[in-house]
Amino acid sequence: MKTIDARGLSCPEPVIMTKNALASKEAAYEVLVDNVTAKENVTRFATHQGYQVKAEEKGDEYLLHLKK
Amino acid sequence: MKNEKTVITGAGIMIGLIAAALVFFGNPVNMGFCIACFLRDTSGALGLHSAAAVQYIRPEIIGLVLGSCILALVNKEFKPRGGSAPVTRFILGVFVMIGCLMFLGCPFRMILRIAGGDLNAIFGLVGFVLGILAGVFFLKRGYTLKRSYKMPKAEGGLFPALEIVFLVLLVAAPAFIHFTEPEGGPGAKHAAILISLAAGLIVGALAQKTRLCMVGGIRDAVLFGEYKLLIGFAAILVSALVGNLILTAATGTPYFTLGMAGQPVAHTDGLWNALGMLLAGFGCVLLGGCPLRQLVLAGEGNTDSAIAIFGLMVGAAFAHNFGLASSGEGPTANGKIAVIIGIVVVAVIAVLNSRKSEA
Repeated sequence: MKTIDARGLSCPEPVIMTKNALASKEAAYEVLVDNVTAKENVTRFATHQGYQVKAEEKGDEYLLHLKK
Repeated sequence: MKNEKTVITGAGIMIGLIAAALVFFGNPVNMGFCIACFLRDTSGALGLHSAAAVQYIRPEIIGLVLGSCILALVNKEFKPRGGSAPVTRFILGVFVMIGCLMFLGCPFRMILRIAGGDLNAIFGLVGFVLGILAGVFFLKRGYTLKRSYKMPKAEGGLFPALEIVFLVLLVAAPAFIHFTEPEGGPGAKHAAILISLAAGLIVGALAQKTRLCMVGGIRDAVLFGEYKLLIGFAAILVSALVGNLILTAATGTPYFTLGMAGQPVAHTDGLWNALGMLLAGFGCVLLGGCPLRQLVLAGEGNTDSAIAIFGLMVGAAFAHNFGLASSGEGPTANGKIAVIIGIVVVAVIAVLNSRKSEA
């Protein structure tokens, strides 16, 4: 499974990274972010692309599980 | 996700009405909010420039930062971070301000100027969109200022604390702080401190909650077909327009005047209105958000945004010290040169920080 490390980056960069990664059309991805705005924006984008998103809080970071 | 759009629509409507009301309470016309103008006035009050017509510590700025800060603390979103290319952000801030003062307004005031019937701002909007498209071009090519890092609470809290110092200086008004004389220019036109402060606090909290950003709206629509932020932008435009029409009807004073000539704190040079906002839009995309968004992020403890705001304030000082800022009569020769230099510098920053240039 592809993991996208977008920690420390502010929007729109995490969404752009997710968008680029999603081009490989795999069934599942993990996106690591560390701010709420990035979490919201990646979740919104992935949902619009037809993925189900589960957020797992890990201290100050969020691991987003994207699944078709 | 529908709920999110409802919230930002509601927030946009409130913000537009508050902006219209601030003019009623004493702010310059079409300037309920203008982050560029208000930072410029604050720079002047601190004596960083000596343009006597535009010196006042604007409580709206203080309120925006603190409103965001308070809500972020309540929602546990106050997360100090920084260390992502501070010098680059400072320089971008300087040139964004020079672009804004060519046009005479930040993206927020651009919307309010359109809502007040100022058609010159349409030229600004065209330039703004082009500037954002230029920024998006580089974002797609991997533009990044690299990651930020967690910072201590004290580091993140310094900028909001500084706003409290500004508030004390405003209220205490010691002799070394400069205030525009009554009738002396836009700096003398302001709502009462408490009204301005309250307006800032409310709008700061709403903008923190909704992530409102004037640049982000068009940027995300182009990049991802994502319209949430653009809806906020549109809601402000419509509600400020309605607010202006209501105020015009209720008071008999024109808050909405359709046309180009004789608009308040504006000039009619279409090309330079467009180029000024092109510079502002381009620079703001590279900064990750409009000047309002930078204030809100700084309130959340983002020190990269705080640096960008220092850049904006110093840019304002340069703009007046070097005769770069436009006036109602139009742009200055120096200002035109500075905007061209700015577009070149911002483009070079974009190229140097895009992934392909590192290969």
